[in-house]
Amino acid sequence: MTTTGPARIGPADDPVQPGDAAEIVVLVDDVPVAGLAGQTIAGVLMGAGRQSWRTTARQGRPRGVFCGIGVCFDCLVTVNGLRDVRACQRRAADGDEVSTHD
Amino acid sequence: MTEVLIIGAGPAGLAAATAARRSGARVVVLDAAEDVGGQYWRHLPAQRPAAREQVLHHGWSRFTALRRELTGVEIVTGAQVWLAERHDDRPPTVHVLVGPADGRDREQRTFEPDALVLATGAYERTLPFPGWDLPGVFTAGAAQALAKAERVAVGRRVLVAGAGPFLLPVASSLIRTGARVVRVLEAGGWGRLGRAWTARPTELLGASHKAGELAGYVRDLARHRIPYRVATGVIAVHGRDRVEEVTVARLDAQWAPVPGTSQRVAVDAVCVSHGFLPRAELAVAAGCVTGPEGAVAVDGDCRTSVPGVFAAGEITGIGGADLALAEGTLAGTAAAGAAPTQAQRRAVLTHQRFAARLSDGHGIRPGWTGWVADDTLICRCEEVTAGELRDIATATGSRGLRSLKLSTRAGLGVCQGRVCGRSVEELLDRTTGGLLDPGRTAARPLAGLVRLGELARMQGDTE
Ligand SMILES: Cc1cc2nc3c(=O)[nH]c(=O)nc-3n(C[C@H](O)[C@H](O)[C@H](O)COP(=O)(O)OP(=O)(O)OC[C@H]3O[C@@H](n4cnc5c(N)ncnc54)[C@H](O)[C@@H]3O)c2cc1C
Ligand code: FES
Repeated sequence: MTTTGPARIGPADDPVQPGDAAEIVVLVDDVPVAGLAGQTIAGVLMGAGRQSWRTTARQGRPRGVFCGIGVCFDCLVTVNGLRDVRACQRRAADGDEVSTHD
Repeated sequence: MTEVLIIGAGPAGLAAATAARRSGARVVVLDAAEDVGGQYWRHLPAQRPAAREQVLHHGWSRFTALRRELTGVEIVTGAQVWLAERHDDRPPTVHVLVGPADGRDREQRTFEPDALVLATGAYERTLPFPGWDLPGVFTAGAAQALAKAERVAVGRRVLVAGAGPFLLPVASSLIRTGARVVRVLEAGGWGRLGRAWTARPTELLGASHKAGELAGYVRDLARHRIPYRVATGVIAVHGRDRVEEVTVARLDAQWAPVPGTSQRVAVDAVCVSHGFLPRAELAVAAGCVTGPEGAVAVDGDCRTSVPGVFAAGEITGIGGADLALAEGTLAGTAAAGAAPTQAQRRAVLTHQRFAARLSDGHGIRPGWTGWVADDTLICRCEEVTAGELRDIATATGSRGLRSLKLSTRAGLGVCQGRVCGRSVEELLDRTTGGLLDPGRTAARPLAGLVRLGELARMQGDTE
């Protein structure tokens, strides 16, 4: 387990006491990543410890979530072949194919 | 029966919906999010309902009560309003795409309401600083949204910085999501904060619930021994491909960094918020008059300058959730054709005084440009640096914001200048000695991303 970067709090430690949710799996650049039903794609990625996924056009710099509310477009991914989907806004569906290169 | 359409299901929109319903109107509420609650009451999804949601929310019971009252109101979530088409003789036609965010086959709906209530809230303003484009730098609202709706902490060692009381709930949520908050830094100094918060203390009585909420956050910081520093800010972030360290420094009264006071702190995430901007693009498209800060101008009953169009909540000026609720109640009542009560109008005035203190104590000061270096990105989308902006402005001698944006591309990226627009404008204003056409970064014809395929399909439908 990594000790830096984003993480989803485990249910046993969570003061909010979330109910059980179905596990889902999305394929991120062909690698399976586990998440929970109801999470956004950004939530799944960050819950799995990922901080960035996109590369900028001009300077080739890494980007991930910045605003978290659909305003900045930093978090764009391709979902099931459809480009330019905001990962922080799109709910993940089991089996979604997410590509970080467009 | 009067048909009232409400855009936005945050505190303002929900209060408007229940008020309009109580006044006998037929009510439809649209929100782009997958759930109601807005930014303030963002919560875990229905697939993972929490037993103790109130841990992350003040006034959660107010939300559950409002939600219960929504029976009989049509709520459409996943509804991206992308255009308010104005007419001379009636409220605008509202165009909506309903379905998964940024999807390709969303359902197209249009509404022709008798009255329209705009309650689209606000987004954050984060000032640029060296390294703010590195992964691991977030707006404070992103940290809040991920904590509340995902139970994800943006990092393990997190520094929270910027201006305003909003930094406090963000720190509290991070702690409750498993992160260690190493510091909370407020740019405003005690002098200004003290004057703003202690002048005319009786005025705050009506907002005592808010004062209690803030006191709770302060207790949280104390309990977790988290240092809270005023007149201090993040002036740079360091790391190769992610945040590894931040430089913090004391700021003078104008927010210019004080030389010789900087210090490095190791973190894996930093959350920065310098305030909020009204999300007014639909109101602007509908023809509503806006004020200097981009807020929608309203009268004492939340009427905008366009007949039949009302506005409530953060889009009429940044004032927090209590003001949003009070304004929503007024707007919903008036939109349904009923007369608001004096008590309802007084509630708005009380919370407006509280809002005035926010801007007195925490409003952005011009010295921030002192921490911007030539190679600091200003426009994140088009990757334009401060140096490029200044050079092109100097080389062309232009003082036109529109032409400078076209030649630099700053503010013309996919976010349509929502993130950098104000900062580009302030920097250019400084460099050129005064822009001839300030304020132009606020006009955005489309409120949402629409795919060409979807547009083509709509065209086909209307032919
Ligand atoms: C990310 C973020 C987090 C925040 N968290 C807190 C907090 O924890 N505590 C606090 O005191 N304050 C918080 N705030 C401040 C917040 O703005 C107010 O306190 C409060 O939520 C304002 O209520 P509102 O009803 O005016 O707007 P909001 O609550 O912002 O609601 C506006 C709603 O309109 C919807 N909307 C906007 N445009 C469109 C469109 N074109 N089509 C369809 N729907 C649309 C949005 O999806 C949103 O749900 C936060 C602000 C932000 C930006
Ligand atoms: S993080 Fe800003 S749009 Fe997704």
